[in-house]
Amino acid sequence: MTEQIDAGMVARQVAESDELGEPVPGRREVGAARRRKEDARLVTGRTRWTDNIQLPGMLHVAFVRSPMAHARITRVDVSAARRLPGVVAAFSGRDLAAEQGGLPCAWPVTEDMVLPDHPPMAVEEVRYPGEAVACVVATDRYLASDALEAVEVDYEPLPAVLDMTRALAPDSPRVHPEGNRAFVWKFAAGDADAAFRDAPVVVERTFVQQRLIPTAMEPRAVVAQTDGDSFTLYSATQIPHVLRVMLAITTGIPEHKLRVIAPDVGGGFGSKLQVTAEEVLALLLTRRLGRPVKWTESRSEGNLTVHHGRDQLQRVSLAAGADGRLRGLKVDLLADMGAYLMLVTPGVPLLGAFMYNGIYKMDAYDFTCTGVFTTKMPTDAYRGAGRPEATFAIERLMDELAAELGLDPVEVRRRNWIAREEFPYATIAGLTYDSGDYAAATDRALELFGYDALRAEQAARRERGDPVQLGIGVSTFTEMCGLAPSRVLGSLSYGAGGWEHASVRMLPTGKVEVVTGSSPHGQGHETAWSQIVADALGVPFEDVAVAHGDTGVSHKGMDTYGSRSLVVGGMAVLRACDKVREKARQIAAHLLEAAADDLEFTEGSFRVRGTGAARTIQEVALATFAAHDLPDGVEPSLDSDATYDPDNFSYPHGTHLCAVEVDTETGATKIRSYVAVDDVGRVVNPTIVTGQVHGGLAQGIGQALFEEAVYDADGNLLTTTMADYLIPSAADLPEFVTDRTETPATTNPLGVKGVGEAGTIASTPAVVNAVVDALRPRGVTDVPMPCTPQRVWRAIQEAAG
Amino acid sequence: MIPPAFDYVRPSSLPEALAALAEAGEDAKVLCGGQSLLPLLRLRLAYPSVLVDVGRLPELHGVREEGGHVRIGAATTHDEVLRSPVVRAGCPLLPLATATVADPAVRHRGTLGGSLAHADPAGDLPAVAVALDMEFVVASAAGERAVPAGEFFVDYLETALRPAEILVAVRVPRLGDGWGFHYEKFHLTAQAWAVVGVAAAVRPGGAGGDRRVEEARVGLTNMGPTPVRAGGVERAVRGAPLPGAGAGGSPGGAGDGVRDAAALADEGTSPPGDLHATPEYRRHLARVLTRRALLAAAA
Ligand SMILES: Cc1cc2nc3c(=O)[nH]c(=O)nc-3n(C[C@H](O)[C@H](O)[C@H](O)COP(=O)(O)OP(=O)(O)OC[C@H]3O[C@@H](n4cnc5c(N)ncnc54)[C@H](O)[C@@H]3O)c2cc1C
Repeated sequence: MTEQIDAGMVARQVAESDELGEPVPGRREVGAARRRKEDARLVTGRTRWTDNIQLPGMLHVAFVRSPMAHARITRVDVSAARRLPGVVAAFSGRDLAAEQGGLPCAWPVTEDMVLPDHPPMAVEEVRYPGEAVACVVATDRYLASDALEAVEVDYEPLPAVLDMTRALAPDSPRVHPEGNRAFVWKFAAGDADAAFRDAPVVVERTFVQQRLIPTAMEPRAVVAQTDGDSFTLYSATQIPHVLRVMLAITTGIPEHKLRVIAPDVGGGFGSKLQVTAEEVLALLLTRRLGRPVKWTESRSEGNLTVHHGRDQLQRVSLAAGADGRLRGLKVDLLADMGAYLMLVTPGVPLLGAFMYNGIYKMDAYDFTCTGVFTTKMPTDAYRGAGRPEATFAIERLMDELAAELGLDPVEVRRRNWIAREEFPYATIAGLTYDSGDYAAATDRALELFGYDALRAEQAARRERGDPVQLGIGVSTFTEMCGLAPSRVLGSLSYGAGGWEHASVRMLPTGKVEVVTGSSPHGQGHETAWSQIVADALGVPFEDVAVAHGDTGVSHKGMDTYGSRSLVVGGMAVLRACDKVREKARQIAAHLLEAAADDLEFTEGSFRVRGTGAARTIQEVALATFAAHDLPDGVEPSLDSDATYDPDNFSYPHGTHLCAVEVDTETGATKIRSYVAVDDVGRVVNPTIVTGQVHGGLAQGIGQALFEEAVYDADGNLLTTTMADYLIPSAADLPEFVTDRTETPATTNPLGVKGVGEAGTIASTPAVVNAVVDALRPRGVTDVPMPCTPQRVWRAIQEAAG
Repeated sequence: MIPPAFDYVRPSSLPEALAALAEAGEDAKVLCGGQSLLPLLRLRLAYPSVLVDVGRLPELHGVREEGGHVRIGAATTHDEVLRSPVVRAGCPLLPLATATVADPAVRHRGTLGGSLAHADPAGDLPAVAVALDMEFVVASAAGERAVPAGEFFVDYLETALRPAEILVAVRVPRLGDGWGFHYEKFHLTAQAWAVVGVAAAVRPGGAGGDRRVEEARVGLTNMGPTPVRAGGVERAVRGAPLPGAGAGGSPGGAGDGVRDAAALADEGTSPPGDLHATPEYRRHLARVLTRRALLAAAA
């Protein structure tokens, strides 16, 4: 199942993406394939990762974690641990109970949602394996680890609750006294019963979105510090700003006495969009002990206790006419919350609620989601968050519908998708898609893929009964990105807004500092923001520096997740630049003794129309700094802030095609070719876009073929190492062919749509559709994910009877 | 992921190492490349009192021809095995299997002796050892003894090595001319362990349309608590017709005789069930992969 990486091809792709980045007149930097300016320090490690931070007198904390899925804690004795060499302190949950508060959930999706207390350290009961029950603080990491074995904990086992369907039965053991049903959330539009009544075709399926473990390269890490009055928390987090607000609320440390810093962060994929027990406990410990405290998780600890992703049971049905035109869609979802509701746990499946209709027109749509408690690690956002699940369901159903009708899967989609002329289009789920061209992306993908030739080869292999069968999978997807208009979040009962903040400072020498409220953790914001600023202010790309991730520096922000950074944060940067330019225009006009309206701004200079007189923006910056000769009433500053709140989501789309070879003797699947044509609107940096697509594809393919978090019948997590939880490496993935169509977003002046999650959302159904397509002649109509060789083999056996 | 405390010694000669082991008693552990032992320590699945590092003992290094066999020092790294012309010429099956072990980083530290002494049935090299009838040269304070591969692997992670013994080298008997080799590894990702693996050596005879298997050796990875020598297959495949040159190895292109013999591959095995495969699936894979390995080796 492995492929060698073709270095020549990689080099060619880089060269091609450089070509795509040819400067466009008037848009010098935006669109150029700039190398990422942050990479040199990130890849050489000459930077600050949280675990690199060493503070004087720093202590190290290690956690005793529950070996049981569900149990009452009858005794915790840390006294022996306290006596060990190097140990400074040891605490049980009871020791911290009075001050530890609860971990927050910011998304009460219904008024009657069950929101159980979530102590950072368990006091009475543990409800998932890995839950912290005690901690040891020592002078180094090794002594802290050794001392864990001296902590005595007695448990009285309680029944594990593992299966969502059974958890909802009245006689099921309970995770919390309030019962296992966290909430029921419904959405309906159109008359679904009418749509299904007498429908010539109804396709009904149950899909399992297996539980996934987000695997960021950098493990979680925290350092907490205090001077006795104020606190600093360094954390490998995606959300320093949200975290500060939440920690202020939950710990009682006043917000202005708490500084949160996300140093360089090595990936998150949603897993660091959280307020974690360890962050809260590190703060409490430093408050108690007066010394800095560090914690860095091990990979096994992380697999247990980084919030998990997906884990939904989808019962879906699609009604269509004999011509394949869709009439209605019903979705009945069980979403595994795990043991507690964390930051946005209940909201994740609902982010998918608006996406089940995909790019298609239909008359009716019914959606119900039941959130279910189990004795597993809580789930929460993982790359795509709700949208991959929705896209998977509709794209799998479209392939099944095509099979039912004997139509080509591309043709079925063509008959149903929103045509280019129909935008803006109000969907059945209540969103307004601003723009798109599904036909253009699909046609380009078909051409790059060699669709007809592959279909011919497929027919030939079927004909001769080749043990290696070819399958072709289609996924035409869209997603909602750019979280989010604050009004919409309010209507969904989310606890915060969706705006973003930026400050732009002109320095006396004409260099520019940008402070962004977005918090990059590998995406390349510093490069993209520099490109935007370079064009907006007419300064060189190299003259822009971007600061981020420190609430002491960037006081205001909503951070990075939901493919929002460019669409919302990039827009805030652009708006702030607009203000800087307008301030500079006033001063330039004064210096040039012209009317501001007579100035045009091109290539970094204000020019008086019709004369040769000009001032560069750098000259204006210096004159502003000197402040010797400013117009009356004008402050000596060009610096400007902007807080941008989007009017609408953005809707990237694309067509992904996957060809797989399935070895019917062993069940092994090999991806033969993969084409991704994405439309992410205007592109600021094609290299970054391609990189995001590649990484996204790897994770989406990971869900389709490799990854699954497995709990055994007693509720123990079996996949605690990377030998058990398999993620694909480059050697397991094909050479991706990527291309783009460009239909600018109409809802923001940059015309951008977001790309962070596209690859993950689109690819999973493309791959699974391909696997099923390979085996359809043998009577296989589904293979549960991940489509491992054993699962594929079993599906073949079962279909054969 | 932090190992428990232990002492560490690195003797400079084999006698010193043997003495250190004898002195430390039952709780001592030999350390070579650390690629299997350190993960166990980090997960706190083992609590040795002292690690005796044998990685740099001169007596455990070197690859040379000796009479009818190739002698490979136990501390020879996987990477050295791959690069050694003597190994490639004298026992080509070993580098074929070694090339599938993990990744370059692991192959630069992990050793042949460590792999064999660790005796993980999912490891790729024990199956090669039984297929090739390797002989294990084992030293203790009392002197040296030789253990045949068939007796070396006792149970899951258990070998005939006694507590104060060190594996010094393996002797790989040279097969005569005309043998072909193949290691067929079935794994889920490029760096993962074998779900099932098949080490095959085949000596074909005849020519053109009348090629047949004269003799075959087959070792199975991960089909039981120890590596398995598939004697039933070896006997049944003798004389089986082979497809004409060039066609071998491609699934479906098999000679029926080879297929029938390969169908015996799981006979007498007791494959494990785990996260990635049930025993039943492993049995099925063993049959399919054995056929492929035999055909590929004969091609
Ligand atoms: C990420 C990863 C992936 C891997 N994948 C594979 C794979 O796909 N296939 C595979 O076959 N292996 C794999 N391995 C294991 C690898 O092959 C190891 O190198 C090998 O198993 C152990 O060799 P070592 O020298 O590192 O032994 P060590 O780890 O040092 O020791 C292993 C055991 O052998 C004992 N021992 C070592 N040398 C001697 C000696 N001379 N005398 C007596 N006892 C000795 C030790 O006491 C210990 O019990 C993988 C390892 C890692 C870390």
